[in-house]
This record gives sequence, C-alpha cells and structure tokens, in this order.
Amino acid sequence: MDFATFLIQCLNALQYGLLLFLISSGLTLIFGIMGVINLAHGSFYMIGAYMAYALAPFVSASFGGEFFSVLVLGLVLSVILGYLLEWLFFSYLYKREHLQQVLMTYGLILVFEELRSLLIGDDVHGVNIPPILDVSIPLNDMMTYPLYRVFISSVCLLLCIGMWFVFTRTRLGMMIRAGSTNREMVQSLGIDITLLYRVVFAAGVALAAFAGMISAPISSVYPGMGDGVLIVCFVVVIIGGVGSIKGAMMAALLIGLVDTFGKLLLPQVAGVLVYVLMALILLWRPRGLFKV
Amino acid sequence: MRYQKLFIALAFGLLAFWPFISGSYGTDLVSKIMIYALFALSLELLVGTTGLVCFGQAAFFGIGAYSVVLLSPSDTSASVIWISLAEAILLAGVFALLVGSLALRTQGIYFIMVTLAFSQMAYYVIHDTPFGGGTDGIYMYVKPSWGVIDLDKPAHMYGFIWVSLLAGFLFLSQLLRSPFGRALAGIKVNEQRMIASGFSVYPYKLAAFSLSGALAGWAGYLFAVKDGFVNPELLGWHLSGTVLVMIILGGLGHIRGAIVGAFAFALLQEFFQSEIVFGTFAKHWHLGLGLTIIACVAFMPNGLVTVPRQFMERLSGRSFNKSSQPLGEQS
Repeated sequence: MDFATFLIQCLNALQYGLLLFLISSGLTLIFGIMGVINLAHGSFYMIGAYMAYALAPFVSASFGGEFFSVLVLGLVLSVILGYLLEWLFFSYLYKREHLQQVLMTYGLILVFEELRSLLIGDDVHGVNIPPILDVSIPLNDMMTYPLYRVFISSVCLLLCIGMWFVFTRTRLGMMIRAGSTNREMVQSLGIDITLLYRVVFAAGVALAAFAGMISAPISSVYPGMGDGVLIVCFVVVIIGGVGSIKGAMMAALLIGLVDTFGKLLLPQVAGVLVYVLMALILLWRPRGLFKV
Repeated sequence: MRYQKLFIALAFGLLAFWPFISGSYGTDLVSKIMIYALFALSLELLVGTTGLVCFGQAAFFGIGAYSVVLLSPSDTSASVIWISLAEAILLAGVFALLVGSLALRTQGIYFIMVTLAFSQMAYYVIHDTPFGGGTDGIYMYVKPSWGVIDLDKPAHMYGFIWVSLLAGFLFLSQLLRSPFGRALAGIKVNEQRMIASGFSVYPYKLAAFSLSGALAGWAGYLFAVKDGFVNPELLGWHLSGTVLVMIILGGLGHIRGAIVGAFAFALLQEFFQSEIVFGTFAKHWHLGLGLTIIACVAFMPNGLVTVPRQFMERLSGRSFNKSSQPLGEQS
C-alpha cells in the first residue's frame, strides 16, 4: 500500500468515524440524559436520508438553492418531528423499565419503515451531489479524492465543536449536564425539565437526520438503511461509555479506522472485526472507555 | 390465581388436539409458533427470572439448528433423534457457557451489548466460512427418526414439538420452585443483597445462562428439522430482537408469559399479513403490528398475562395480591 492509498483510506476512515459520531451523539445523549434506550434512532437516520431525496424536487421548485436549502428545511422538519415524538410517545416512558422502552421503540421502527414504504416506495434512489462540491482534489498523478467527502468531514467537525461549546460553555449545556445527574434536584431549582428533555430529544433526532441527509449522496437511499447504522451506533455508544460525548467521539473514530482498514486488509473477517473490538474493550473495561 | 393451572392444562390440551381440527396450514403455523414459544421460554429464564437481558439468544438457536444439519451422518441415512438432539443441546449449551463466562463480567446495558457482540461473531463465522454454506444456507435431505417416530411426517413432527414445549415448560416451572430458581429470583430483585447473604452469584448466573442457551439450542434443533433448511439469519440480531419482543409482550416474570407472548406476536403477524382481512394493504403488515405493539406498551405495561387480573380487579373493585412485583424491587 503506497502513501496515497494510505492517505485516502485515512480520510475515508475519518469521514466514516465523524459521521458515526454525529448519529451516535444523539443516541448517547438520549440514553445518558433521559435514560431511554431508543431503538428507533436508526430510523431517524433513514428519515433524514429519505428527506434529502424526497424534498429535493419540492425545494428546487419553490426555493431554489438545491441541496443546501434541502438541508435547512430537513433540519427544521426533523426538529419538529423530534419534538412531537417526545411529546406523543416518549414523555410517559421515563418512569418505566428499560425493556418497556425497547418494546415501544421496536414498534416505532416498524411503523417508520412501513410509512416510508407507503409514502415513497421500496426502490433504491440516488441523491445528486451538489454541483459546487462535485469535484475531486488531485493527490498525485493517479489518485484523486472527492471534495464532497471532505465537505462531510468538515461539517461533522464543525458540529462537534459546536456541541462541545454548547455543553461546556453555555447555560443550556449546564442545565443538560445537571439534568442527567439528578432530575429532581434540577426541577426543584426551577428548571423546566420536561422542556429540557424535549429539546435534547429533538436535538438528537435532528443530528441523526442531518447525518442521514449529508450521507445520502454517497450512500444512496434504500429500505432498511437505518438497521445497520443502529447497531453500529450502539457499539459506538457502548465502547465510549454510555452518556459520554467524548467517549462517543473516540469510539466512533476507532470504529471508523477498524472498519475501513479491516475491509482493505482483512476482507474475509471485516464484518466481525467491530464486534471483536467491542467484546475485547468491554472485557478490559466493563463500563466503556470513558465511563460517566 | 386459582384457575391458572387449569387454564394451562386446558391450553396444552387444546394444542394437542389442534391437528385434528385444523388443516395442514394451521398445523404448520402452530408447530412453528410452538417452536418460537420454546425459544421464548429459554430467554424468559434469563430476562424474566434472572434479570439478565440477553440480546444474542439467536446465536444459541442457530447453533442448535446448524448442528443437526452439519452433524447428520450423510445425505442418505437418517440420524437418530435422541443423539442429534443431544448434540444440538450440548453444543448450544457449551457455547453459552463460553459466552456467559466472559459476558457475565459486565452488567446492565453493557451485558446486552456483549451478548450481541458474541452472537454477531457466531453469525459471521457461519455466514462467511465455507462449512456454513454462506448466505444461501443448507438443506437437510433426510430428517432424524427413531423407531416408529419419523420426523419427516408432519403429524409426528407436531407431536414431538408439543412434547418438547410441554417438557420445557414443566422443567422451567419446577426449576423455579427449586432452591436454585429461588436464588435466581433473588439475583433479579437485588443482587447486592444476595452477595451480602453469602451467595456467590456468578456460578448461579452462569448456570442459568448455559441452561438457557441449551434450551434455545433445543428450539433451534426443532426449527431446523421442521423446515429442513437452515440459513445464517437464524443467528441474526433480528431474531434475537423478535424473541425479546415476544417475552416483553407476554409479560416478564411469568413463565407462561413467554408462551402467551410468542402466540400473540405470531398470530398478530399472521392477522396483519392476511389478504382476506386487509386486501392489498396486507403487504404493509408492519404498520399494524408496530401500532399494536405501541398500544400494548401504552395500555398493558405489565404484559398480556396480567390483563385477566387487571380486568378482575376492575370488575370486583378490589386489588389482588400483586405477586408480579416483589417487595424491595427498585423501579
């Protein structure tokens, strides 16, 4: 493997890892702060990707601006969806056992998949890369790297920095961190915890949907695309330690590296590598890398 | 409840007579559901009784199924039922012992994910290696038999599955009455207190895990013999998830809940898939199933088995002894 190939694979690993982080950060927030095991999180990713496909004709007809307008509109819609879902389905689950939540969110997966099938159909669709980003950066005489993947990585990085800022430097972040430690105490200090939870949930849904939207042009959209992502994201959350944003970041990058280079170097066992990694890490540190 | 035993006996009696009153389709459907019920019983021993949520139960089911196909003597002569069944149970049990000895070092959600990891490893070993037949799976041409019992005949198969389910049910209910079962229940309610009372909980949990794996291997054996076909999806996490949904739907903490849940889930699926009722909309059966599951969570938080009691309480206006929630349980 020469240096250019190695560099390309590193960039791919980074891009995949950052995308995984974007989806799993919502999952780890919802689990760590609200204590809800949300199996439907993969569906939010799927919904995002399908929005990128289905909103495109509508947006180009009425707003113009193509892909970036779709991103903004999709983000608004997914925040609204998250807010409504929390209100309708999740708000009465907090006091229930975890397994009740598993059952409920399993039901939601089935409903979302079937609604997707009813509204859009079961075909595989491609989404166009926006023309400005549809160029390749030359690396040497033979190899190039698509600019769109660089765009994905940089957007994810920006969002990571934004999340870190909100968490550690703002009042909202302080309330969220306090809410995850002691719900009753935060409530008695006069903070509307119900609203806080609703905001966190909506943000988690929006992050997953956004990840779906920006990855739609490179992965295309297809039925069942949320399922595979869901399990990998749970692996990320668990390796990182439930509720830890920093852990999720490290674990996502680790999984990105292992998966990308595993497929290149050991294609026969690539599928199982991620799980071997998780088992080894959990046997070494039974509560994840960065336990909270 | 007083009539509980009577109802269970009646239910098994009805199941025994079912092939005489239904057609071949009904017999086939119910024998499939009974296999799922036995599989669900194995998970109930872990989740409902010991409080260990295993998300990789399908691995043991799949290993039981693959063992009967891979270890059959040849394509022409039939294997003996008892030997092949013992092999399936033993293999699945030993694999569960290995997985459990490592996975039980972790707790809670981490335990859930480690069991998933091991089952996915087993899945990829079967899926990606040549001896497992790959994605296409393997057919079994000659089914096991013993004396007059020939599992190639649907009636014999049905009877064998019925006996297996009854045996599994009686075994578990006796097990839970034994000191061993009491210790498992204690671990579920408060593990710290069990440790403080001098119990070494790890061997108990490991024994429960291996037993549960062996029972799942039994169910997998029945599945492979009934269909004469195995594929890697029998080890996939979708099946692990489905069987978990069955026991939660039925009601955790009751052995009969596993059977009720398996029947409810499979019959609901059958109902929403039937084109007689829903016409062309039947191909969107997931929607109805999903909405029903959500409604069950909302209105029956303790599962289907507690519905009669809730109904009686509402009817008579007084509350019965709530054995489903033992004292000291942290909610």
